[in-house]
Amino acid sequence: MALTKAELAERLFEQVGLNKREAKEFVDSFFDVMRDALARGEQVKLSGFGNFDLRQKNQRPGRNPKTGEEIPISARRVVTFRPGQKLKVRVEAYAGSGQQ
Amino acid sequence: MTKSELIEAMARRQIHLAHHDVELGVKEILEYVSQSLATGERIEIRGFGSFSLHFRPPRVGRNPKTGDSVALPGKYVPYFKPGKELRDRVNGIVSSDDGADD
Repeated sequence: MALTKAELAERLFEQVGLNKREAKEFVDSFFDVMRDALARGEQVKLSGFGNFDLRQKNQRPGRNPKTGEEIPISARRVVTFRPGQKLKVRVEAYAGSGQQ
Repeated sequence: MTKSELIEAMARRQIHLAHHDVELGVKEILEYVSQSLATGERIEIRGFGSFSLHFRPPRVGRNPKTGDSVALPGKYVPYFKPGKELRDRVNGIVSSDDGADD
């Protein structure tokens, strides 16, 4: 089971004391504000968590995997996430679920 | 945009909330997402993207100062995959109405 906006809202209800409607709006607004910043071309830096950076990609040759037909992949701007040191350290410690 | 600018922008939208609660809420969200990743749980935010872990296999690295080889164990790293709406918006594509997103 993945964590979704519903569980984040539930957590705000429990930990911050927002009512259910406020909590839902808060979570929506959190991701909307970040998405708007990125859409404006602004990097988002969340200390202790990580940075959402924007990278410009040039056009490159591609292929339709089904038909094998060659089609160029157009130039585009993409979002990349660079985790911060604190998050990296917390995640590294994860032993995994039977992998390795 | 930094964390404090994000908090300011959110406070302007959530005018009915005390500034302190906005600050607390933002920290709580980031902590919950970090905690979930630290326990290997995926996070899926529709229209924004998903966070998960990627495994980096063990490898032999080198101490850049001495040139000695060092065995590095495998580890997990956080990974973010942008969702369709974020990809489109960042790429200058404006969806007329994201009715499918809510």
